[in-house]
Amino acid sequence: MKVVVDLSSCDLHGLCVEAAPEVFEIGDDGALRVLNETPSDDLRAKVDKAVRECPTGAISVTE
Amino acid sequence: MAQAVRRVTIIGASLAGLRAAETLRSRGYDGALTLVGDERHRPYDRPPLSKQVLDGTWTPEQTFFRQKDGYDPLALDLRLGVRATSLDLRAKRVTLADGGWTDYDRLIIATGARVRTLPGIVGRPGLLVLRTLDDAVVLRGELERARRVAIVGMGFIGLEVASACRSRSVDVVAVELLPVPLAPIVGPAVGEMLVAMHADHGVDVRTGVTVTDIYGESRVAGIVLSDGSRVDADVVVVGIGVVPNTDWLEGSGLTLDNGIVCDGAGEAAPDVYAAGDVARMANAWHGDFPRIEHWTNAVEQGVHVAEQLLGAPDRGTGFSSVPYFWSDQYDRKIQFIGRARPHDEMLVVDGSVAERRLTALYRRGDRLVACLTVNQPRALIKYRKLLASNPSWDTAVADVTRSGH
Repeated sequence: MKVVVDLSSCDLHGLCVEAAPEVFEIGDDGALRVLNETPSDDLRAKVDKAVRECPTGAISVTE
Repeated sequence: MAQAVRRVTIIGASLAGLRAAETLRSRGYDGALTLVGDERHRPYDRPPLSKQVLDGTWTPEQTFFRQKDGYDPLALDLRLGVRATSLDLRAKRVTLADGGWTDYDRLIIATGARVRTLPGIVGRPGLLVLRTLDDAVVLRGELERARRVAIVGMGFIGLEVASACRSRSVDVVAVELLPVPLAPIVGPAVGEMLVAMHADHGVDVRTGVTVTDIYGESRVAGIVLSDGSRVDADVVVVGIGVVPNTDWLEGSGLTLDNGIVCDGAGEAAPDVYAAGDVARMANAWHGDFPRIEHWTNAVEQGVHVAEQLLGAPDRGTGFSSVPYFWSDQYDRKIQFIGRARPHDEMLVVDGSVAERRLTALYRRGDRLVACLTVNQPRALIKYRKLLASNPSWDTAVADVTRSGH
């Protein structure tokens, strides 16, 4: 899977960081960073949780 | 699945109901799935209503979770604009206001909440509330013409409406029953900070007063306050909380007490689940049955009941969640995680009330119970993680010292 974040929609709620810390991080500059744009399938459940819990719908996953 | 579930009905087509439907399909449920909503719109997102929709940066359509063809993969029997009127637990049937009904093997109730109205006040043009997309469209139209808006209730909705009005340079008088708005939820210091922030943006704040009457015959012309003063206004917006939509369940046999009381699986009766604003689901983190009106709670509970009713591997694992909400006002983002009560002690550990940029921790006994941030999203992430472990106050404060705040 490939993880894409629309940074213009990201509102820094940080729920993705909690759901999938292996994939998302808020950096020292205060912006969201995707640590791993192509996470392995064992992270699928965590990434799915991040997608559905994002209040601004900023995260999408393509196969 | 333990037994073959072939017919699932979800009553309530907002966030919790939609997330439940999505979860059922993503977990492989391929039986009949009926989603019933009493509004005519496709499921839409509520937080933008008091923000982007009111200030005009979004069209109403931008709040829809999915476009029309986005529903095809869910293979729903989607019935919009139809209210549920009664539940027969024995027959496993929900009766609908259009004369139809839906039978189920498993039922999810996610009927949400509706706004509380001022007792004894007759409705009339210009007297508005904000809960639904239709409400937001009407209010937005009114704000384009209004010169002065009276806001009754300085909860988060009222404050966001005030912020939207001021961004349009509409005059605002905001009225609140409590001496300090939101003090029971965020504490008096933050409540006073919010008042000062709105006053600085030109809001005329009146606290410790109630509305005794509304004047204007063919449309509102103003409000009368309990201190005897009259406030002329073109538009009056009432934001004094919500009540759960359980009227249609009276006499059904479900336990109703400020919401549908359900266990940690979300089950309110055999094969009947509840989620979202309408539910009082046992929450292990809370240690009781809170009714929570937040966005993330609706997501989590919608997903949880869908998994539970399909017989998730962790079946019986109770729901456990730290409540989270946020509010955008002017250029400030207020975020709150946990649950504070009146008289909990609050300690600002970073920033300050004066700067309106801060991180505050809330203490009850020897525990950390909540964290509030204003324009400090990274701190919130840190304390969200910490709060989930039900930490002691000393641990939380020691952590602050270590990280050099």
